Amino acid sequence: MSISEYNGSALVAMVGKNCFAIASDRRLGVQLQTIATDFQRIYKIHDRLLVGLAGLATDAQTLYQRLVFRHKLYQLREERDMKPETFASLVSALLYEKRFGPYFCQPVIAGLSDEDKPFICTMDSIGAKELAKDFVVAGTASESLYGACEAMFKPDMEPEELFETVSQALLASVDRDCLSGWGGHVYIVTPTEIKERILKGRMD
Amino acid sequence: MKLDTSGFESTAPLFGASSELRDGFSNAPSFDLPVTADFDEFQKEAKATLKHAKGTTTLAFIFKEGVMVAADSRASMGGYISSQSVKKIIEINPYMLGTMAGGAADCQFWHRNLGIKCRLHELANKRRISVTGASKLLANILYSYRGMGLSVGTMIAGWDETGPGLYYVDSEGGRLKGTRFSVGSGSPYAYGVLDSGYQFDMSVDEAAELARRAIYHATFRDAASGGVASVYYVGPNGWKKLSGDDVGELHYKYYPVMPSTVEQEMVEVAGQ
Repeated sequence: MSISEYNGSALVAMVGKNCFAIASDRRLGVQLQTIATDFQRIYKIHDRLLVGLAGLATDAQTLYQRLVFRHKLYQLREERDMKPETFASLVSALLYEKRFGPYFCQPVIAGLSDEDKPFICTMDSIGAKELAKDFVVAGTASESLYGACEAMFKPDMEPEELFETVSQALLASVDRDCLSGWGGHVYIVTPTEIKERILKGRMD
Repeated sequence: MKLDTSGFESTAPLFGASSELRDGFSNAPSFDLPVTADFDEFQKEAKATLKHAKGTTTLAFIFKEGVMVAADSRASMGGYISSQSVKKIIEINPYMLGTMAGGAADCQFWHRNLGIKCRLHELANKRRISVTGASKLLANILYSYRGMGLSVGTMIAGWDETGPGLYYVDSEGGRLKGTRFSVGSGSPYAYGVLDSGYQFDMSVDEAAELARRAIYHATFRDAASGGVASVYYVGPNGWKKLSGDDVGELHYKYYPVMPSTVEQEMVEVAGQ
């Protein structure tokens, strides 16, 4: 089994009207053995920027700590938060630094710009950016997520409908994947607030 | 080139050409072998292309009233769940059940084959075959194919003239008699529940609940097990399906209150 499938994960981000959603599953496993069902793989960088790290959990946590460190240095020097585009470039640069011994992570970056324009992007483990206008997916359930999102996505959804869509897509997808699931974690980010919800799901 | 397994058959005549009629009945079925110089290498390649239903949890145990048999219903190909509604408990005849772990096709075919042999025994001897006899029939066939890539891990459970019977049979040629077995990737978890809750003096209801719980806990921890937890009971009057519960609902029945605590530690590192 591939090292990026060692822990199992499912990640999805979707764009709505002046808002975005990012969601993940809650499982941490060691191959087929489920270790925890309350695992966090989506992290907050600042109030309008979230990053999800699919793939090997140990690398995800290390990478996250380095991202926080670099973002804090940026805040001290610039006295402002990073723009999502800038942050994506930072992640990409940090990943490419390890070109020949990569972090086995596939990041999903989702943020709101200063003009409330949503931004989502994903990249591979060595930092090749892939920008999308509608949705991005990552993790062991990515194939099923592509299918579900392709079928369910509509442009310019309001936050509540976006939550429903992203949740249904996530839960439907992880039901076809052995290595992810055991509940879901959804963040809906609007210009005024971050709404965080935990989804009940099949626990098998 | 054909594999001749008639030597393993106790009832097979010493001489006699194989006929269309007799094939697959009194004899073990014979299969064409690939024409190749290096059979092992060919087998290795062929095996990689076959899709196996590897992940499974099945269990069976003998108790005061008979035998309890239970299984999950998931079939997976690598990480992908190909089905959530597989029948892993195979009904051999009204008094005997087989469980399925390993290759789905191998298990289904050889259980069906066993069913035929058991019926033939019944017609020839005017009484039902014993569980001991049936399991030995299967074990002998599987042994004759040993090393050729069959993948079967099964339990034969039933009721015969001597009472409840339970055997574990696998494609490596193993055949064990016992009172408690679990087979498949989820079996360590099922054994944990089974061993801690097992008593011989259980009622049918208690035994069914133990079997159900063992399967549920295995589906929870084992990523390759899931779907529906089916429970069968074999008593003096034959087998009966007691329940088939969706594990997705079973979890919230066993653990209705869901503590919705979010782990905050990683967020605090960010100083939020």
